Amino acid sequence: MTTLDLTGLTARPSQVWGAVRLVPLVRDEPVVDLRLRSQLYGGATGLVEVGPRAVYTSYIPHGFVATWTDDGTPAAAYGTQLSTDGNAAPAATMGLHIHRRMARRQARDRLRFLPMNLALEGYLALHFGGPSIAWEEWSQRAISQGLSPRVEEAFVGAEVSGLADALRIFEIHPNQCGVMLYVGDALASAFVVPHPDDYRALHPTLLQDLYGELIYTYAMLMPPVQDFRARISDSQIRSLAHLRTAVAEQEHDWTCFHDTTMAAGLLEHAYTWQSVYRMRRFTLSRFLPQFRLQQENYIGEAITDDRGRIAYLKTFRLSETQVRRGHLLSRLAANDWHLANTAHELGIECYQLGIRLSSVGFNFLLRQDVMDGYRKQGRTRTGRARHDQPARRSK
Amino acid sequence: MDSYGDLVAADDVLLFVNAATTSTGQREFHSDAGEQRLSLDFLHAYMLGNYRDLYAGVLALDINDHNAVLIIRQLLETTGEATADQRRSEGRLIACRLATLPPQRVYGLFNALRRAGVNNRRTRAIMRDWLSARPDLAFDAVKYRSGLKRALRHAHLAPATEELGAFVFAPLTRKHYATPLLETWRRAHYEQAALYELPYTAAEGFAAKHKIPRKVFLERIAPRMTRLETLRLQESAHKIGIAGVQADLSRMPLTRLATYVLSLPVEDRLRRRAELTHALESAADRVAGSHRGSWGKVTAVLDDSFSAFGSVHKRRRPLAVALACHYLLAALADTYTGLWTSGRTDALLTRPYGPTPLGRRILDALDTTPSRLVIVSDGWDNAPPGLAAEVLRIWRTRLDPKRRTSIVHLNPVYDAADFDVRRLSSTVPTAGIRDAEDLPALVELAQFAEGRTGLAELVTYMNTRAAQMLSGHQQEQAR
Repeated sequence: MTTLDLTGLTARPSQVWGAVRLVPLVRDEPVVDLRLRSQLYGGATGLVEVGPRAVYTSYIPHGFVATWTDDGTPAAAYGTQLSTDGNAAPAATMGLHIHRRMARRQARDRLRFLPMNLALEGYLALHFGGPSIAWEEWSQRAISQGLSPRVEEAFVGAEVSGLADALRIFEIHPNQCGVMLYVGDALASAFVVPHPDDYRALHPTLLQDLYGELIYTYAMLMPPVQDFRARISDSQIRSLAHLRTAVAEQEHDWTCFHDTTMAAGLLEHAYTWQSVYRMRRFTLSRFLPQFRLQQENYIGEAITDDRGRIAYLKTFRLSETQVRRGHLLSRLAANDWHLANTAHELGIECYQLGIRLSSVGFNFLLRQDVMDGYRKQGRTRTGRARHDQPARRSK
Repeated sequence: MDSYGDLVAADDVLLFVNAATTSTGQREFHSDAGEQRLSLDFLHAYMLGNYRDLYAGVLALDINDHNAVLIIRQLLETTGEATADQRRSEGRLIACRLATLPPQRVYGLFNALRRAGVNNRRTRAIMRDWLSARPDLAFDAVKYRSGLKRALRHAHLAPATEELGAFVFAPLTRKHYATPLLETWRRAHYEQAALYELPYTAAEGFAAKHKIPRKVFLERIAPRMTRLETLRLQESAHKIGIAGVQADLSRMPLTRLATYVLSLPVEDRLRRRAELTHALESAADRVAGSHRGSWGKVTAVLDDSFSAFGSVHKRRRPLAVALACHYLLAALADTYTGLWTSGRTDALLTRPYGPTPLGRRILDALDTTPSRLVIVSDGWDNAPPGLAAEVLRIWRTRLDPKRRTSIVHLNPVYDAADFDVRRLSSTVPTAGIRDAEDLPALVELAQFAEGRTGLAELVTYMNTRAAQMLSGHQQEQAR
């Protein structure tokens, strides 16, 4: 349970286009022994440098679909994976043949985009496998299958208005290994890769990533955000050397401001870390937030090296409903999926917890008769409450 | 003392000149073609409505061909609104400018006038005069046949000779033409050897018709190519293994040459370093002319950030202008320092890359204590934003209030949203730049932009330029 630590990555001045603000993260020393596997692009870009290399480790960011299976059918990586050998197929893939279409349009401008979603869902399901103890209230389905398959909806980057232009005109810094993407000055996602070349190749893929509905709405409704323009007070300046110092201060101030204020929602909260896979000096882990209601909550995955520095990072900002679901599930998991204990902890009645579960879309988790009982209880109790109130006031 | 209205007028004209110098209605890095065109159309309508005389006078300045054509078209479309005096002076300016425009643009303009249904007496007279001044109408007839046909038809003009008329309107009805070029064109339909005597663009069609292999065609047509056609095709010819298409780089105009150099891959630039450097330096020397070495200590800050890529329509144009300025300033200056925003020092290997830390680079430039500082940038300063403006402001107000250093910002990109080129700071004059060749004139014009001179001076300046253009035109005609 620790916070995210972006040591080694420095925030450089942001670049703004409309409501989108991109903050480049620059690495002084790129990580050279962890690289993105070039096969992912089908040889379209010769990315990985050819040369003598002591250790070569590659990672496969989730969301990329490639022909990994032997029979040539498309498959999506089940979350990010690490591998030493350039040719080995990743350990866990999820076949896509069961789905009719790769991306399915849900509404006019809302797209369900499978590869990323699979990773996201799979990842959520990994943690919330469902009740570990068969309490009597839980349905058979909840116990045997857990929460999987779960569908989470998000917006594909191409639908976030202005994002495509912002990414096109963004000027990538030398040594840039990551970016913090803000929409309407709300942090949408953080993205870090080990090497500047990887970043260059993956920069456009930010457009195919998923973003929460808050981000989508902000991009639609927010007015263009302001540039943080440099301001130098001229009363102190007597020479060019003074001016140079003032300029350096300006740059330093921005980095501080960004890390402590703008990215505070991501960096200052603790996360539950789950280590997934370890390879040589790199560890792939996934993290979950504390599910604080009505605050910024990010899930994500990261690869850290032996010194605990981030080599790869990708976060997803949860929407309000997702936070509510996560909150309920995390509370349930903390109480060993015991309904009464959880309700007690939340300070509500058992039936209210049941209704809450169903209202956030977990209807199927509870046995039908139990759920019906809760609903009935809910109806009668609220009815009596409404009946009681005037009487109490009249006393 | 200028009245407030005069100041506004001077400001408007300068704004328009900047736009007319830089914008071609094509896509730029930050705005698309539609925005560019819309913005430009508004400016043209605004200028025409408010300052017709000055609007026409802009034709004499170094604006780009796209805008020159637009101005001429607007003036001809609104002939009815002009007074007799205005018509006379406009007519002279239009005739002069048409004479310097490339013929394909003029034929395009005539076609646009035809489509817009502009057919007043002045338009017809201008078309007649321009056509009669063409050195070789038979050549035009072969190379721009449809353009010439439409122009003749629209202006109700009789072709110069009966044969030319027949060629333009019913070309293949004749068994024989007396004019050699027309006869070659007729023969080229049946005889492969004949097409190599035609202009390249006309011959290309025939080569396709006769199914001549590209390699054979390029090798034999090479002597008939124009300078720019050779330059354009040199690389593709080189790829299919033809050595014959070899542009003479030493004769190329500076900015064009810079564009060519930037189009080459880095290995080629390294291999041909001596040749390219020499070509660029001699082109810059030609432009500098008598001013060579007269500018004292000059430092330039040149933008080679990613946005200098321009767009797919104006590929690397801003960077090419910066590169050309680099060589031109080196020729003009006594002591010259060129600083690229990326920190690279080898100008020949420059490419659009990275952010724009203009503020820092300007500081470095001021450290060299130049007497002149020239900044060539698209005005987007993002690492951190606004730093260049702050550095320039503090330099002007606190460190150098006596203006020992003259600073000018040249911007090759039109910003459609602001109806002007983007400024770095209000304390430093900004002028739009199209070709590095115009740099000396622009530095002159930029002092108007600083607000220290008013409308009267500006009008005098424009009249002088117009007089220069007219007298130059007359000398040309007399020859």
